[in-house]
Amino acid sequence: MRYLLRRMGHALFLLAGVSILAFLFTALAPGNYFDEMRLNPQIAPETMAALRAQYGFDKPLPVRYVTWLSSVIHGEMGFSFGYNSPVAPLLLMRARNTLLLTITATLLAWAIALPLGVWSAERLGRLPDRLLSWGTAALLVIPDLALALGLLVLAVRTGWFPTGGMASVDFETLSPLNKLRDLALHMILPVTALVLSALPLLVRHVRAAVADVLNAPFLLAAVGHGIPRRTLLYRYALPAAANPLISLFGFSIGALLSGSLLIEVVMSWPGLGPLLLEAILARDLYVVVGGILFSTLFLVGGNLLADLLLYWADPRIRTESSAR
Amino acid sequence: MRARRTFAKWLVALGALHGIVVCAGFFAPYDPVEQDRKSPYLPPMRVHLMDANGHFHARPFVYSLRLREGSFDQYEEDTTEIHPVKFFLSGARYWILGFLPCRTHFFGAEKTRIYLLGTDAYGRDQFSRFLFGGQVSLLAGILGAGITLFLGLCVGAVAGYYGGWRDSVLMRFAELFLALPWLYLLFALRAFLPLAVGPLEAFFLIIAVIGAVGWARPARLVRGVVLSAKERDFVRAARGFGASNGYLLRRHILPETSSVLLTQAAILIPQYVLAEMTLSFLGLGVPEPVPSWGNLLSSLQQYSVLVSYWWMYLPALIMVPFFLGYLGLASSLQERREAYKIEMSSLGSLP
Repeated sequence: MRYLLRRMGHALFLLAGVSILAFLFTALAPGNYFDEMRLNPQIAPETMAALRAQYGFDKPLPVRYVTWLSSVIHGEMGFSFGYNSPVAPLLLMRARNTLLLTITATLLAWAIALPLGVWSAERLGRLPDRLLSWGTAALLVIPDLALALGLLVLAVRTGWFPTGGMASVDFETLSPLNKLRDLALHMILPVTALVLSALPLLVRHVRAAVADVLNAPFLLAAVGHGIPRRTLLYRYALPAAANPLISLFGFSIGALLSGSLLIEVVMSWPGLGPLLLEAILARDLYVVVGGILFSTLFLVGGNLLADLLLYWADPRIRTESSAR
Repeated sequence: MRARRTFAKWLVALGALHGIVVCAGFFAPYDPVEQDRKSPYLPPMRVHLMDANGHFHARPFVYSLRLREGSFDQYEEDTTEIHPVKFFLSGARYWILGFLPCRTHFFGAEKTRIYLLGTDAYGRDQFSRFLFGGQVSLLAGILGAGITLFLGLCVGAVAGYYGGWRDSVLMRFAELFLALPWLYLLFALRAFLPLAVGPLEAFFLIIAVIGAVGWARPARLVRGVVLSAKERDFVRAARGFGASNGYLLRRHILPETSSVLLTQAAILIPQYVLAEMTLSFLGLGVPEPVPSWGNLLSSLQQYSVLVSYWWMYLPALIMVPFFLGYLGLASSLQERREAYKIEMSSLGSLP
């Protein structure tokens, strides 16, 4: 229990730190949303000053931070100048779409990587393993951007999948089942791009971890007892190799989040990525800070989940933390 | 020994690729910003050895392209005249390494223009833009990695060597940077810097941004090496002889980190080239008309280009060997470090 509390405290520390850091950067940033208006002769300087006062740009940084913090507690996370609305609802909708994409991709990538890695580790150094190594190396050297664009080119030229957005034009008129189907069809392309970009690293790590364990004496003993191959691999070897993999799980969420930022923009998926890009170009700073904070939240959440899994999977951590 | 040989192999291959990019002016037939307004979105030209009548030519040649009757963007080969590919032609002026003026180009044709990868919306040669864009992107990657490694080395050395409160403060700070998905971090840093700047400022700006993003991981690795190195016997001996902290770090401890830094460089450079590509692709990096690998691909954001002009995608495929080279280099370096470790441990077991 203390272990969990400590991890939770750590996560909170990270979030607070990132928010302060982001705020510091906004203070250092040259220009703000209202700078363009200053060039407009039709807007009086008094109006400018009033606007600046209204949004608190005339106050010192710590005051702005505290104001913003209280608006976070009220569930607003500041105010978007571009959308003329509180930031949180904007972000929540986009974050939901990003999460949908990222979680699907994470689960799918692991569901593919685990059996593939185990399969490859069992045949270490033989032809199938070598072929797979070449395959993952090939995926590794193709840049994410090239991969996403290549999929788009393929989709557009063959017309197999819908490209762009997450729903067809007539989405609202569809029956619930067809809505689900439509969504799934639109998800194919971005999810494929994400999975393919995450897969090589995962497969390689699973392979290495399982190959490490397969040499252990207890597995030799299990083979001697005549335990069937499948049980041996998945019930004996995989749990023993789980520790580094669970840490990798937390890490892979971060990697997929980064990847999805780019892929959302390329495939015009209405997630956090396009919103963030738009906000950066418009200097809509609270949206930027909010977007960064949300991404940190996901990542920290993913790491926390990994810690939980580790706690559940590894008795050594449980005894260690209770002994302390 | 084997690891060393593969390392040398990858290094030579990468060196050759980078050599081509450094001498972009020579290998590119045209100036990267020169426009040919009469032929926008020209498809890649084929290099032939057989002409339309079935005759064989020893010297490769191309047919010039002309608009197909009744269309506005479909081209066909004009088979009435062949244009042999000439080598070492004189053409547009360029500078090698920025100061040697030169006019000789590796290849070209006399009466027509050769577009190996087709042209973009302004009729600029995509092949030339790819080579010149490589200069921007690869330099950004290399300089960015240099900055990152320098920052990582400084932070890691201070944290590992001096320990105590400096260690905890710096490592907490590093955790903050590791807590952010790196592309978001890149965006965030870019967000708070000026947007509308000239190409040169933009170039240095994104190098600084990219370099500042990734220092946390190398810093941790360096810290680990420094921690173990400062307890080594020869370091203790040197300290016993009265060596100062600065001398110990410079002479005995930091050289130990070189193999870690080298491996990190091989991993970071392609990653940072990608970062530059991503920023430029999204319009946050090096602006037009200066080519970079990112803004070379950015026209693919338009649906019409995606549908009709597939060859705009070709640069993405041609840059793969560069990434392959760096991957090979990184893995051979890692192998070498493993081999070194085994060597060291076997030495340690001697009586």
